[in-house]
Amino acid sequence: MAEGAAASTAAIYRRLVAAQVRSQASYRASFVLDLLSNVVFLGADLLTVLVVFHRVPVLAGFSLTDTLLVFGLSSLGFSLADLAVGNIDRMQRHVRTGLLDAVLIRPLGVLWQLLVLDVGVRRLGRVCSGVVVLAVAVRLAEVPVTPANLLLLVVTPLAGAVFFSAVFVATATVAFWWVDSGELSAALTYGGRDFTSYPMTVYGGWFRHLLAFGLGFGFVAYYPALILLDRPDPLGAPSWLGWCSPVLAAVAAALAALVWRTGVRHYRSTGS
Amino acid sequence: MGFITATADRLTIRNFTEAAGLFRTLGASGFRRFSTYRQATVAATITNTMFGFVRTYVMLAVAGSAVAVGGQAAGYDAAQLVTYVWAGQGLIGVVAMWGWTELADRIRSGDVVTDLLRPVHPVLGYLLPDLGRAAYALLTRFVVPIVVGALAFDMYLPQRAATYPMFAVSVLLAVLVCFAGRFLVNAAGYWLLDTRGVLMAWAVCAGVLGGLYFPIRFLPEWAATAVYLGTPFPSLLQIPLDVLVERDPPAGQLGLLGLQALWAGLLFTACVLVQRRAERRLVVQGG
Repeated sequence: MAEGAAASTAAIYRRLVAAQVRSQASYRASFVLDLLSNVVFLGADLLTVLVVFHRVPVLAGFSLTDTLLVFGLSSLGFSLADLAVGNIDRMQRHVRTGLLDAVLIRPLGVLWQLLVLDVGVRRLGRVCSGVVVLAVAVRLAEVPVTPANLLLLVVTPLAGAVFFSAVFVATATVAFWWVDSGELSAALTYGGRDFTSYPMTVYGGWFRHLLAFGLGFGFVAYYPALILLDRPDPLGAPSWLGWCSPVLAAVAAALAALVWRTGVRHYRSTGS
Repeated sequence: MGFITATADRLTIRNFTEAAGLFRTLGASGFRRFSTYRQATVAATITNTMFGFVRTYVMLAVAGSAVAVGGQAAGYDAAQLVTYVWAGQGLIGVVAMWGWTELADRIRSGDVVTDLLRPVHPVLGYLLPDLGRAAYALLTRFVVPIVVGALAFDMYLPQRAATYPMFAVSVLLAVLVCFAGRFLVNAAGYWLLDTRGVLMAWAVCAGVLGGLYFPIRFLPEWAATAVYLGTPFPSLLQIPLDVLVERDPPAGQLGLLGLQALWAGLLFTACVLVQRRAERRLVVQGG
């Protein structure tokens, strides 16, 4: 009985997603342009790294190929999260327009409904280019092909995706209390991506401690990259930290779920 | 039968007092409107500040490496790069680099027709409130990142008194160029059903070629020259910031201002021409 209910719920979500994909793909030119521009956006971030290394041979102790590996892990993790839950940053609009009221009275999970309302198929472009960048970076950095490294190369982007998804959801929750919060969530989502794209040695003082350890962004790409590059942390952290990203991702997801539930419980309609 | 035009008769401005009155009224409306978006201003400022920290550390690492190999990073020292980043984060809000889709939205919905009935040229009718908005942003979104950056890092202060008025002029020109660019991109909506792609292209170009992600002079010299002379984007952030951190001697600063003024003139001419063409082809569906 319960199994049948679960299967039919899954079927509903499947149909909702399929409808979204169909509707987006029907504006063909626009869809292709969207796909392409998402690739270009990643290109812009990549260009920044390349231009910086055009000026200097080494950045805070890391070469271009080392930095590209950190960048690749971070951007693949981020783009997967962006594909899965990136559209949650429209929360404010949902709260302001009252769409959330409609969602709340339907017999499906609130978060899942919001996520399938606007599936970002166009963001597939960014995921694909993320995979390519990471593959090239692994090749250039001459990462030794061992089972452990291969496992790490799969686990790290996935853990990064879960971590960034948690950040997306937790920061979008702000809209429950603060309707007009504008680009606030971008500070930690896109800001977090930019932060994790470079080796932690770039940053200094309290800022590094707060973001790398306090908020956990250091585990998204930097520590796993150190294991892949087989080099010790210039800042003196033990190398097993690189394997901790799944634990951290799980903790982040749990916290995000908690924040989200608190937010939904405190939700009061704007009345519009 | 008289000749029927799509637009209302334009206000004839007879003297300076009337012009000043128009500027004051429309400018103040933009200022007032944006001063009510308090939450959004705070949120945007926090985000600019976060990016300010990340970019400052990256630029300081660049300056550090450049010094280690016995040079400067494309002619900027560490303190200049710090000022570059924080003033840049502040200017994003002043010029309003992204996110302005008002005209495109109004074209799609058909509301744009009321703009044509107003006795002010539509370009001017959008420009003046935008100047008011920029003035408000200058007092809020520009000041906060500068203060935070100055507290957290060693910033470069201009050494020549003449730099300050030149920076002021440069910021005004940047606001004008950015407005004209946004107006043109939005006006693509007269011909295209879906302007998202054009708006996205503007966002990428403004960020990359405008000097936000990295100073354009980090590029190889031929590429930097091509971007400066061939595109309006450095006029948005790069040129005001170059003027502020005194990257060039006074003559160079004046040259950059001239380049900005040239782009402002070109883009506004384009705005007026595009608007004239658009008024001829605009068909508002009833409803």
